[in-house]
Amino acid sequence: MKVKEESGLSIARAGAAAGFDPEIIKADFPILSREVHGKRLVYLDNAATTQKPESVIQALDDYYRNHNANVHRGIHTLAEEATAAMEGARQKVADFIGGVKTQEVIFTRNCTEAINLVAYSWGRNNLGRGDRIVLTEMEHHANLVPWIALAKRTGAELRYIPIDNDGYLNLSDLNGIISPATRILALTHMSNVLGTINPVEEIIELAHRRGALTLVDAAQSIPHMPVNVKDLDADFVAFSAHKMLGPTGIGILYGKENILNEMEPFIYGGDMIREVRFDSATWNELPWKFEGGTPNIGGAAAFAPALDYLAGLGMDAVRRHEIELISYALDRLQNLGSLRIFGPSNPDDRGGTISFIDNEIHPHDLATILDTYGVAIRAGHHCAQPLMKRLGVSATVRASFYIYNTKDDIDRLVEALKAARRFFGNA
Amino acid sequence: MPEPLDELYRDIIMDHYRYPRGRKKLENADMRNEGQNPVCGDEIELSLKLDDGRVDEVSVECMGCAISVASGSMLVDAIKGKSLQEVRRIAAAVKAILKGEPLPEEVEMGDLEALAGVKNFPVRIKCALLSWTTLIDGIEALEEGVVANVTSTE
Repeated sequence: MKVKEESGLSIARAGAAAGFDPEIIKADFPILSREVHGKRLVYLDNAATTQKPESVIQALDDYYRNHNANVHRGIHTLAEEATAAMEGARQKVADFIGGVKTQEVIFTRNCTEAINLVAYSWGRNNLGRGDRIVLTEMEHHANLVPWIALAKRTGAELRYIPIDNDGYLNLSDLNGIISPATRILALTHMSNVLGTINPVEEIIELAHRRGALTLVDAAQSIPHMPVNVKDLDADFVAFSAHKMLGPTGIGILYGKENILNEMEPFIYGGDMIREVRFDSATWNELPWKFEGGTPNIGGAAAFAPALDYLAGLGMDAVRRHEIELISYALDRLQNLGSLRIFGPSNPDDRGGTISFIDNEIHPHDLATILDTYGVAIRAGHHCAQPLMKRLGVSATVRASFYIYNTKDDIDRLVEALKAARRFFGNA
Repeated sequence: MPEPLDELYRDIIMDHYRYPRGRKKLENADMRNEGQNPVCGDEIELSLKLDDGRVDEVSVECMGCAISVASGSMLVDAIKGKSLQEVRRIAAAVKAILKGEPLPEEVEMGDLEALAGVKNFPVRIKCALLSWTTLIDGIEALEEGVVANVTSTE
């Protein structure tokens, strides 16, 4: 996949030569120069999905324009190129998350499907009455509902690691919760509501000592900080391309090879088989055993430059930039005096996602008002209804940052919040 | 303030939001229905007392945004004293006004006219509709002999 020179060059400039400069990065994202309601777009809904750089958009275009074919089957040139694009992207993912084997990188539709793969394939065949599934109170529905359904089907029991009032996991009863009956622990690395970064390594270690498998929902962490899945030692790690500059419709399940080998396939069909007879079939080897049907080849091809872009910036630099933005945002939002801000107050303990409520204005009204100021934030329960209940709110406003956001964007958010206050206070 | 916002949050709407009518819970209601908008978490509890086929008392308790609270409050004023058939006509007219369609029949809209600004904010139409769909579902359930019910906008 050839990408035009200039966007490649600007990545290099942003990443290496000029240091981390969000203004230069911004210029690589065509959508960020558009206007909303006559104002320059300030995009602060990155926890939902991120915008795409020119190189990703071009790669998608280039794939369908010049290389489109089905993978792993054709002998012709295009099929070879499409296969190379798909498997090249897999290699990049494997490198990006800490140098794992490509057999351990399974492409799915999204993070949700990756978690479902484990719940269906491993869960249905291994869980029963008396077994325990451990989750936390801050899970996204994607890492909640598959386990609720699994528990209902198998008779396994669900237990939750609680959160404290500052938005941290309360680990005081971890030994009791992760009992010897625990068969799987599934938890988020970074909360999509509170921003909390969880100490997953120590929790995973305890779970492993109890003989449980572990799954980390890394949808919010891998895009925003250095994550080495080998260091985490999780058995499964799930995340999505579209939250890290890539296209929608492609997600990743990392799984340890020996465990994946023991598991039944999830989706049956073409590409995932070795040999099929009228009454039996044997399975392809990893990772294709779990990739039944034509995969999202164009999506994989376009995910590769997204990974290049982030690698070019360096995930340490991405994380440093976000800590700077969080510190600034927490400071400015606290100074407004009218907000209840959720999650840890220490920027080192959290990602660039800040949820809050205004004491006077409902989140939906705030979202509408902010939108007319060109500021895109999210209002709602953020697919975490049990957490909302735990926080005692029906919805929150959520601002979430990424590499192209600046302090100026946060100023625009704050100005719009002030305007909303004036409007609701005086109207 | 940008102009479309003034259209959405008209003075009448803000007045209903700040001072919602009919929040007092009704004892021995003839109809009670709960509504939810799962997308935004808005919740409403609506009850009616009927007298000789007409709405005698209305109670709307709404936890939600300005638009859903104001719409519910306006509902209280709009349907008091009306027959159930008139109530249906008003609800249909509210739907029409939110979609920017011409009003179906001669209906006295009063404050409800103020909801016209919502049509420019498609994601907010559900907010304005919550109390009305809860009302109509409740009436339909009542006609089938059910007194209490739960409505979801999903």
